[in-house]
Amino acid sequence: MEAQLQQLKEEALQKIEASQNVKELNDVRVAYLGKKGPITDLLKGMGKLPAEERPKMGALVNLVREEVTEVLEARMTLLQEQAIQEQLEKESIDVTLPGRPVKTGNHHPLTRVVEEIEDLFISMGYEIAEGPEVEKDYYNFEALNLPKGHPARDMQDSFYISEDILLRTHTSPVQARTMEAKQGKPIKIICPGKVYRRDNDDATHSHQFTQIEGLVIGENIRMSDLKGTLSVFAKKMFGEDREIRLRPSFFPFTEPSVEMDISCFKCGGSGCNVCKKTGWIEILGAGMVHPNVLEMAGYDSKKLSGFAFGMGPERIAMLKYGVEDIRHFYTNDVRFLSQFHRTEV
Amino acid sequence: MLVSTKWLAEYVNTQGLDPKELGEKITRSGIEVDAVIDRSHGMTNVVVGYVKECVKHPEADKLNICQVDVGEETTQIICGAPNVAEGQKVIVARPGAVLPGGMKIKKAKLRGEESNGMICSLQELGIEGRLVPKAYAEGIYVLPETATVGESALPLLGLDDTVLELGLTPNRSDALSMLGVAYEVGAILSEDMKYPEAGYTESNEKATDYLSLRVDAMSENPMYVAKVVKNVQISESPLWLQHRLMAAGVRPHNNVVDITNYVLMEYGQPLHAFDYDRLATKEIVVRLANEGEKIVTLDDQERTLKSNHLVITNGKEPVALAGVMGGANSEVHDGTTTVVIESAYFASGTVRQTSKDHSLRSDASARFEKGVDPNRVIAAAERAASLLAELAGGEVLAGSVIVDELDKEPVEVVVSPDFINNRLGMKISLEEMTSILTRLKFDFEAANGFLYIKAPTRRQDIKIEEDIVEEIARMYGYDEIPMTLPVGESIPGGLTSYQAKRRQVRAYLEGAGLYQAITYSLTSKEMSQKFALETAPVTELLMPMSEERSTLRQSLIPHLLDAVTYNTARQAESVALYEVGSVFLGETESGLPHEQEHLAAVIAGKWVDHSWQGERKAVDFFVLKGVVEGLMELLGLSKELTFERAIVDGLHPGRTASIKLAGEEIGLIGQLHPSEQKTRDLKDTYVVELNLAKVLNKEVEVLYHEPVSKFPSISRDIALVVDSEKEAGELQAIIQLSGGRLLKGVHLFDLYEGEKMEPGKKSVAFSLTYFDPERTLTDEEVVNAHNKVLKALAEQAGAELRG
Ligand SMILES: [Zn+2]
Repeated sequence: MEAQLQQLKEEALQKIEASQNVKELNDVRVAYLGKKGPITDLLKGMGKLPAEERPKMGALVNLVREEVTEVLEARMTLLQEQAIQEQLEKESIDVTLPGRPVKTGNHHPLTRVVEEIEDLFISMGYEIAEGPEVEKDYYNFEALNLPKGHPARDMQDSFYISEDILLRTHTSPVQARTMEAKQGKPIKIICPGKVYRRDNDDATHSHQFTQIEGLVIGENIRMSDLKGTLSVFAKKMFGEDREIRLRPSFFPFTEPSVEMDISCFKCGGSGCNVCKKTGWIEILGAGMVHPNVLEMAGYDSKKLSGFAFGMGPERIAMLKYGVEDIRHFYTNDVRFLSQFHRTEV
Repeated sequence: MLVSTKWLAEYVNTQGLDPKELGEKITRSGIEVDAVIDRSHGMTNVVVGYVKECVKHPEADKLNICQVDVGEETTQIICGAPNVAEGQKVIVARPGAVLPGGMKIKKAKLRGEESNGMICSLQELGIEGRLVPKAYAEGIYVLPETATVGESALPLLGLDDTVLELGLTPNRSDALSMLGVAYEVGAILSEDMKYPEAGYTESNEKATDYLSLRVDAMSENPMYVAKVVKNVQISESPLWLQHRLMAAGVRPHNNVVDITNYVLMEYGQPLHAFDYDRLATKEIVVRLANEGEKIVTLDDQERTLKSNHLVITNGKEPVALAGVMGGANSEVHDGTTTVVIESAYFASGTVRQTSKDHSLRSDASARFEKGVDPNRVIAAAERAASLLAELAGGEVLAGSVIVDELDKEPVEVVVSPDFINNRLGMKISLEEMTSILTRLKFDFEAANGFLYIKAPTRRQDIKIEEDIVEEIARMYGYDEIPMTLPVGESIPGGLTSYQAKRRQVRAYLEGAGLYQAITYSLTSKEMSQKFALETAPVTELLMPMSEERSTLRQSLIPHLLDAVTYNTARQAESVALYEVGSVFLGETESGLPHEQEHLAAVIAGKWVDHSWQGERKAVDFFVLKGVVEGLMELLGLSKELTFERAIVDGLHPGRTASIKLAGEEIGLIGQLHPSEQKTRDLKDTYVVELNLAKVLNKEVEVLYHEPVSKFPSISRDIALVVDSEKEAGELQAIIQLSGGRLLKGVHLFDLYEGEKMEPGKKSVAFSLTYFDPERTLTDEEVVNAHNKVLKALAEQAGAELRG
């Protein structure tokens, strides 16, 4: 019986070794270790043995059983691993193939610039004010200290609809309307929008373009507040190490009036083609709100003061992104628009 | 304004500053210097030559062989100018010279003859043709006999000079004169002024014996001064005067005209010279023109006048258009001997009107329009008289003929130093302020904590306290202003709900694959109403620049379609664009058009393009409809959203719907009509336009969550056979109405029309979801509800259950 047991063991071990996959090995397990297998049969047949041999034989059978089980389990682990390996190999893909595109569009570059500016000023407590693109001469000019016949009206040749109605030439009428509506209360607004001037469209002119203006009115608003605000803006939009400088200028609705230059973000001030070798780039116009403008909107210019500034998102986008022709913003060429996809925060 | 720095230095010490540096200082303190122009353009080897001999080239008719004394030697130069002649002093560019156009002068042979240089015209030296005196416009320039042979020609021509080009803002008309610029530079550099001299010996005869004067329009012409100068010899002006005029952008004519222009540039006071004898009446009458009256101006144009144009007359007929241009009938000519110099103050409004009506802008009108200095009217007249005596041999008659009711008092501005400092956010001392006012040469007094300032009349822009704030700030330097942020009551900033939603709409559409476009609001009249959501009168420009941009749009679609055409023509495989912008409808009570914010989108080409995995799909109606449905879901409006078949001009009649919210029309969606696609050279293109303002202003329910139920829902699918025309929307509505409260969802999941169906029929399959959040539904309940649905479908839509 012992010999029979040894033979069984040899046979089983051989079959385990020969098994090439999990299924075959499971068949071996059932064949040798199962309830109907020869080892179980041997155990059942022990009754025929003399009583004193039984324990020894029982131990021996168990030993063989354990040995076979152990080898089988080891083989099983190996084959399972192999099986997984094979499956993985079969499932392997070319990871360099293109992914399924998630097609998304993006903001127009002008909107991108406008929203960036809006968000910056919102964080400083400003609201966004909007108004009509077709305006009354009163709000577009008169309320801004540009009475009929004022020479500075020539600066802004306009599209008139009738004698008193025109396409707004700047977003300043929104300021005039807001002041009228706020009835003497403090104001902190940003006014973005489309504006129109009688210009032939070319690389640097567009009969329709965008403006974004700001207005702050309150007690004791000073020119230093304007300068500080513009500096925050310049650093945020064009980089932390930007410097600003103010140059005297003229706008009918502000007094004093200034233009703001920023140190060139390309060359840092040493002179390049972006700054036309000057180290400075003109970015916006600004000034202290003219007392006539305040008074016309019902504000007491002795008690309240304010500052205003205005800039062209087209110009900013052209500078920031190196766009050389303003018409690109209105052609809507997808090859142009799609370049403004990535974030830049 | 073009400012010769050499000329400027006659009135103010420019401290030997390099013109670039001077320009920078002027720019930083208030007047922008647009350009610094080196008149020499770096030229060398340009000298005075003497033409000793000039003979025709044997081989070429148009060429002359000249022997020219250039100082060191006499050399041969071939010259093609028609006016070259023996005995002339000329400008010679010697070999090695580089002329402004980049031309390098070398020894050369012309048709076999040696040429050692070039005899030059003024144009060749970089002077604009329009500024070259007429006599030399077509040939070489001839220098006066006094020129020294061999010396550099540049100083003689004023080309050893640098010109500052000022970009003047409308308020700084004071800088439209050399004296004005000198005041500005004097203030910047703390230098005093040197005024031009006016001095001459008066004749025994009086001007008033020669001329009488009457002004019939005092408000248009509050001051008129006339000087009479006799025995004038008309000739070329001295070279120094001519080149100063050319540097200032004025063409020299003759000494009399040049002197009036010179004084205009010097004082900013326009002058006019009449030929006294041609006036014929010994009388000047200033009056408004008669309607329809005519005058031939100096440019030989006949002009018909209106009753608001001011004219100078000889008592009978107009002899000048006041402040704008003289008349041809009284023009100074070669035979003139007695001239009348007019120096007047014409009101800006009348000059602007006249100049605008006749499209005639002159150096004179530009200055009158902005307002001249009342205190320079007489000084300029005297200066001109003095120059006429000096340079034209004239005899100045005693006194002037004058009418004068002009207010010449300066404006007084009272301002406290505290006000100035508060406005600037600075602490400038009183001493510093008074020092600045002194440099600006303003009359002032400091007393009782205030500055009492008499603004000089040359500075018409100084009227109020804020103007003084600006003067102090710009002279003190804006760099010195500290940087602060506004303090005080802080208002919470932010977007309005509308603005925030609009941003989300943009983000959603971009997430859905559309690019934001921005197109023009102005379009052609023909296009303006196309695809408009409502019928309303259009808004047109009074004077459009072109028909293409004459009318405000009422729909965003046409320009978006233009963009699709543009992109398609450039091989774009698919185009998906949206725009948010205003349309302009009719007229509101205020007279302005009703501006409505709209959203439009266009899609064309492929929508899904992932070809290596076999996923490709062209755009269709339902792609765009899905985008709209998703948008309404985002905005909480999907329950109220319906689409109804519609007919819209320009869209495919079978593939167009009107979009409604709670039954109210808010937009349209559809495929571009095939014939429209053809004209625009487009493949299938789908468009949608929504009244965004209406959509975003819709009230929506507050978002409040429903508990997630632990009870299961039960689904039942039904496949229906209906007539082909039956719309899915109708079936869905029947199901929803008949399903009772347990029916929580209806979802169309299959549609079949084809050979397996009886002709004229189609099969539509819905999945219905029944659900009660409170408990598990019994089979019986579901069957009951479901049967009601089937019954309703059969009765109302003739739908049969498909076996
Ligand atoms: Zn640079």
